[in-house]
Amino acid sequence: MQTEQEIQRLETIIHGLLEEARNQGASSASAGLSVDNGLSVSVRLGEVETIENHCSQGLGVSVYFGQTKGSASSTDISEKSIKETVAAACSIARYTSEDSYGGLPDADKLATEFNDLDLYHPWDIDAEEAITLATDCENSARQYHSDISNSEGASVDSYSGIHIFGNSLGFLHGYASTRHSLSCSVIGEREGAMERDYWYSVARNKQDLESTEFIGQKAAERTIQRLGARGLSSRKCPVIYSAEIASSLIGSFLGAISGGSLYRKSSFLLDSLDTQVFPDFMRLYEQPHLLGALGSSMYDAEGVSTRANEIVSAGVLNTYLLSSYSARKLGMQTTGHAGGVRNLCVEAGDHNLAQLLKQMDTGLLVTELMGQGVNPVTGDYSRGAAGFWVEQGEIQYPVQEITIAGNLKDMFQHILAVGNDIEYRGNIRTGSILVEEMAIAGE
Amino acid sequence: MDNSLIQLAKQAILVPTGLQETDIHRVMDQLITGAVDDGDIYFQSSHYESWVMEDGIIKDASHNIEQGAGVRALSGEKTGLAYSDKIELNELLTATKNVKAIARQGQSAKVALSAAVHPTPLYPSVNPLNSLTDQEKVDLLLKIDTQTRQLDPRIEQVIVSLVGVQEHILIANQGNSLTGDVRPLVRMNVSVIVEDKGRREQGSMGGGARADYHYFLEQDRAMSFAKEAVRQALVNLEATPAPAGSMTVVLGSGWPGILLHEAIGHGLEGDFNRKGSSAFSGRIGERVASSLCTIVDNGTLAGRRGSLSVDDEGTATQNTMLIENGILKGYMQDKLNARLMGVQSTGNGRRESYAHTPLPRMTNTYMLPGESEPEEIIQSVKNGLYAKSFSGGQVDITSGKFVFSASEAYLIEDGKITRPVKGATLVGNGPEVLTRVSMVGNDLELDSGVGTCGKEGQSVPVGVGQPTLKIDGLTVGGTDV
Repeated sequence: MQTEQEIQRLETIIHGLLEEARNQGASSASAGLSVDNGLSVSVRLGEVETIENHCSQGLGVSVYFGQTKGSASSTDISEKSIKETVAAACSIARYTSEDSYGGLPDADKLATEFNDLDLYHPWDIDAEEAITLATDCENSARQYHSDISNSEGASVDSYSGIHIFGNSLGFLHGYASTRHSLSCSVIGEREGAMERDYWYSVARNKQDLESTEFIGQKAAERTIQRLGARGLSSRKCPVIYSAEIASSLIGSFLGAISGGSLYRKSSFLLDSLDTQVFPDFMRLYEQPHLLGALGSSMYDAEGVSTRANEIVSAGVLNTYLLSSYSARKLGMQTTGHAGGVRNLCVEAGDHNLAQLLKQMDTGLLVTELMGQGVNPVTGDYSRGAAGFWVEQGEIQYPVQEITIAGNLKDMFQHILAVGNDIEYRGNIRTGSILVEEMAIAGE
Repeated sequence: MDNSLIQLAKQAILVPTGLQETDIHRVMDQLITGAVDDGDIYFQSSHYESWVMEDGIIKDASHNIEQGAGVRALSGEKTGLAYSDKIELNELLTATKNVKAIARQGQSAKVALSAAVHPTPLYPSVNPLNSLTDQEKVDLLLKIDTQTRQLDPRIEQVIVSLVGVQEHILIANQGNSLTGDVRPLVRMNVSVIVEDKGRREQGSMGGGARADYHYFLEQDRAMSFAKEAVRQALVNLEATPAPAGSMTVVLGSGWPGILLHEAIGHGLEGDFNRKGSSAFSGRIGERVASSLCTIVDNGTLAGRRGSLSVDDEGTATQNTMLIENGILKGYMQDKLNARLMGVQSTGNGRRESYAHTPLPRMTNTYMLPGESEPEEIIQSVKNGLYAKSFSGGQVDITSGKFVFSASEAYLIEDGKITRPVKGATLVGNGPEVLTRVSMVGNDLELDSGVGTCGKEGQSVPVGVGQPTLKIDGLTVGGTDV
């Protein structure tokens, strides 16, 4: 098979690169290489807007001279460039400091099993077919409602890539993966005010993409629902984070328990291991080997094997997220989280979104967050928001130009429920999340 | 000298790859045929390095090379882009064949040829990476780290970073005209974490320019970043929760100009206005701000982070009037949107790299000074918020709603700045917010050279600035309801 041969060819390059590092005097080294190909097509108001052919490659190398480290990267993977890139990394390593926590992972932590995780499903699509799909998608959005007045277009993206990673401890592995997506964004107008919203679908296999009709209609439906948005007076009330944005809340949690934040003391969850960080009904677990999932991998960014993890059970934090470096800094063992979590799942409750609204009774359903507004050191949280005001469990009207604020540590402790409307489009899988109380600022 | 920029760019890009100018002509001849109206080839060679000091040591540093060529074809509203990391004739010809697919149908509307641009350089053709030896870079970081730690016993953590880029650009346009640029860019940042009585806070300050590393040695700039980061962190240690609700807000000069960038700037980019998707679409000549407000986008300021001698389409940058005395005057344009809207490019066509399509983007966007003394502005406020510095913002250009987060803010009570508050996020509506500007200071300041703007997944360096401003009524999103 052609892909297998290409993987072998690229593995040979990494093998040669590691040898070059040794020849230039490095005591150890690691290197990665990626080759990506893709097609992006966008259509707006029924006409082709852009066709982009993507074809990129890049390599990166880190070398160690004892306990000093240097890194370099290049988009040129020719033999000459490899020599130069290794030389650049070696040159830098002469100026960096001795760091006793640095170095490659411990050899016994490296992955030795390489299951096929079903990540590679190339889509043999040409520009013409992509144009047809994007046009269908946009048409279904534009025909959805007479208030859809304009469009930002629909697009089809298809990427396939090969990623190789190796180190001087003998680790060398490559795999191919694909990622396809369909998206649509339209504008609605009512009484002179415009609103825009979008929907997208993303998958390793094109067969798992939602239909063009569904995506277009969903984009239009979401846009129409926002029309006529009002402000809201300042108040305290319960807040539901809808599933598609709830992942950002969980993302803030993951950032706070990651090794880099902890050893820098830039986390609001220092010394939280084995303590209650969520209510006792909450469970967060990780499934890195799920077949065909977007976040799946057999090993982390430094080749350490990944494994299923119970990160939070009964609301108690069982583990930090550590790389070899942050683990050594904290006097612990790597948890295989260099580069982050892989398919982090928040255990779903029994309720769907409609039932969560009933449970909340009166409060705010947030469907969009804007701006940064999260202080990772203190957990202070204040972000721009848009969504819907809810009374007696029913959506009353769209709201915007408000902020929602609180402190993350506190907000996590006061989660009342997690919905079963799980969002599968990212690396964090969660349903909608109901928080007991937040401060709303408005007009 | 203008021609020397092109020579330097050719030297950096063509000589090592063996590509001849006749090869470029051949590709351009194949590109601009049939229904293709316009097109270009964008060659780029970038060298980038980064040094980070943490825990008092240089843990890692990296050197990165990015080079390649992007071929673009334009036909009506259609854009085709293909690129390669290899600067070779065959790769360019393949890319050309691919991009011409967009123009398979339709009529050609050939664009009138414009003369080659020989830009006036706004920054020196230096290589920042070589402006200090690696040992000198390390010594500089060590010195900053040591001196920062001595500033206050409450400092727990210091991170100092130094980044330098040298970029060579060569742009082939219709009519076989070549334009080149050599773009240096440096940036330094100091961030600290302070701890007192169990409470921890952070502070961060940085700066940069299109210059070499000596920029940080002049006027003791590097240490001034460190002092500012520490000062900010210590202020935040004392901060209490911010109020929630609508109130009078005074924005400090300089970096808070990010408000203009988010609330106004993006909405005035040509693409959104051509498509009618901006809250400012079709409003040229209308009042969109109080008569105190005059806002420009100026790509021609010497040495600034957001400046460019030529934009990424080979058009000379300019000083573009966006809002004059409150009246909307113009949009920022790249070639495609300018042509479709029947105007000239304003030199705002920018792309992150050869692998991205150009878009209308901001350069240095700022409000011109007014007549009020900053003290007088504060004194005029009975109860309100003084937002001195910001960490970032975002806008929805269609609804006009924007958000930005204060990293340092104070309450104003009875015309005096009183206590610091934390977690103040400001939200508002772009087309409305500037109509509520009731005082403009005489203290115009540009930011220290740290801005990066994201649009459609592409990041480019930008500048912002403003004098002290008073806005009557903006929603402050604190927790103190």
